Amino acid sequence: MIPVSYYLVLGAVLFGIGMFGVLTRRNAIAILMAVELMLNAVNVNFIAFSRYLPNSTLDGQVFAIFVIAVAAAEAAVGLAIVLGLYRNFHTVNVDEINLMKW
Amino acid sequence: MQAVFFFVVAAFTVATALLVVTRPNIVHSAVALIFSFCGVAGIYVLLDAEFLGAVQVLIYVGGITILLLFAIMLTTRIATRVDVFNEQMGLSALIAGGITAILVYASLTGIQIAGEAPAPVETTPALGRLLMTTHVLPFELISILLLAAMVGAIILARREKE
Amino acid sequence: MMGFLLAAVFKIALVMGLVLLAVAYLTLLERKVIGDIQVRFGPSRVGPFGLLQPIADGIKLLFKEDIVPTNADRFIFIFAPAVSFIPALIVFAVIPFGPSFVITDINVGLLYVFAVGSLGVYGIVLAGWASNSKYSLLGGLRSAAQMVSYELSLGLSVLGVVMMTGSLSLVDIVEAQGGNWYGIFPKWNVIPQFLGFVIFMISSNAELNRAPFDLPEAETELVAGFHTEYSSMKFAMFFLAEYANMIAVSALATTLFLGGWQGPLLPPVVWFLLKVFGFIFLFIWVRATLPRFRYDQLMGFGWKVLLPLALANVMFTAAAILILA
Repeated sequence: MIPVSYYLVLGAVLFGIGMFGVLTRRNAIAILMAVELMLNAVNVNFIAFSRYLPNSTLDGQVFAIFVIAVAAAEAAVGLAIVLGLYRNFHTVNVDEINLMKW
Repeated sequence: MQAVFFFVVAAFTVATALLVVTRPNIVHSAVALIFSFCGVAGIYVLLDAEFLGAVQVLIYVGGITILLLFAIMLTTRIATRVDVFNEQMGLSALIAGGITAILVYASLTGIQIAGEAPAPVETTPALGRLLMTTHVLPFELISILLLAAMVGAIILARREKE
Repeated sequence: MMGFLLAAVFKIALVMGLVLLAVAYLTLLERKVIGDIQVRFGPSRVGPFGLLQPIADGIKLLFKEDIVPTNADRFIFIFAPAVSFIPALIVFAVIPFGPSFVITDINVGLLYVFAVGSLGVYGIVLAGWASNSKYSLLGGLRSAAQMVSYELSLGLSVLGVVMMTGSLSLVDIVEAQGGNWYGIFPKWNVIPQFLGFVIFMISSNAELNRAPFDLPEAETELVAGFHTEYSSMKFAMFFLAEYANMIAVSALATTLFLGGWQGPLLPPVVWFLLKVFGFIFLFIWVRATLPRFRYDQLMGFGWKVLLPLALANVMFTAAAILILA
């Protein structure tokens, strides 16, 4: 069986990639996609620990299910907001939506 | 054998994830995202979490990414590639790279698990039992959250009638 | 290890070969049956009874010019037909054709089918987008909305069966349907789960994008929708995918509701194929009989009728299991 740290490294790398996407992309939908990547990275860690910890009770997998449900809710609301933004500003680039800035 | 599978799937997942954040065309990003999610599902299966693997494909690939594509098609034209990255590219790369480096270092050195991993069990019935006993309160809360998100999304996305 | 691999490869090759052959002749069957219903002959010139027609069609499509529109997104344009075709085939990996004739029995088999089935919609959406044509994009978007909506009722409609069996493995589901009630009625899920069965058939018809739910293609308003710009083998891939999906859904309906390969006298595989054929005939019959839905009717029907009914079915089944147990 391969060591648990392999999975943790994979999770860390995915998290970093997602973070880079959130910080650099201009398109709001691309930012949402990067957030989903970060959530996936978290889930990889949850499930890896749930598999490797002795006396584990699958709680990690239950949490992963909750994370997936929250991700679905986040995507639905996030995309509704994006559509609303597009209707009002005719752009989905987050740095052009600066009405509330001064 | 398991290690070989892990490295192939992990490399695939990371490569497609990189494509997601770097492709200028957002539909290409979304397609790469599909593959990345499938790769993560493969990792779950390697971890003996086949229920989570199936759910991952069903929800992320079959639901969330479709929604994303839908929103993309309603808001962008084909081949839109004007300035996809903002000006904080260098700084962001530094921050994300730094955090990744710290996390990788921590996962390689800081994690010591005492004891052997348990033998794999059939997870689906066990998960169902856990959701209905130990975790029933968070489970109900999640249902309410999903309902609220659904109502909220409909209210936000529909056009106001004059 | 080697023997196991060889057996697996042999099974996969056999199933894939059978499915592809069936797909080819399904096109002929559909044209013949619809021809009969509309009191005409259908294809009858190529070979006896038109039996060589699918081969002629295949050769024609192979030799047609392969056109990629100027402003299309080349990569996705080529990628989309493959994406719609592959999921249609790999669904068969968990379908039990006979008592020990299944490529692989996994304990989340039904979830696997739904997960893979939900990939098919990408082929259509991406094809519609990549063609860079209004009609294609409209067809693709319509189809995405339709398939996502009806996937919900499809998934909920089979929950009753899963609850009664207590397993997601398709092999377990078939085995639970052996035997008789009172010595006459076969223990098929279609009897206790009739409502679920009806919802399953309607929503799978919508998932297949077949009449009366063929809005994504809608020849008369969208000039064939998402595949307007496709030609040659790429076009053929979409058609193969549609028919392979039809066989897959029929096989799934057989497995879940009609007891799979269970049946007296005849060998199990024959029973399975007969039932699948019955469902395929039903799909063709429905297509020849019913006119197309309007878009708002389609959405209203999916969300306001089928989904509540499917939910009610789940609750009712749960209550019945509790009371009877």
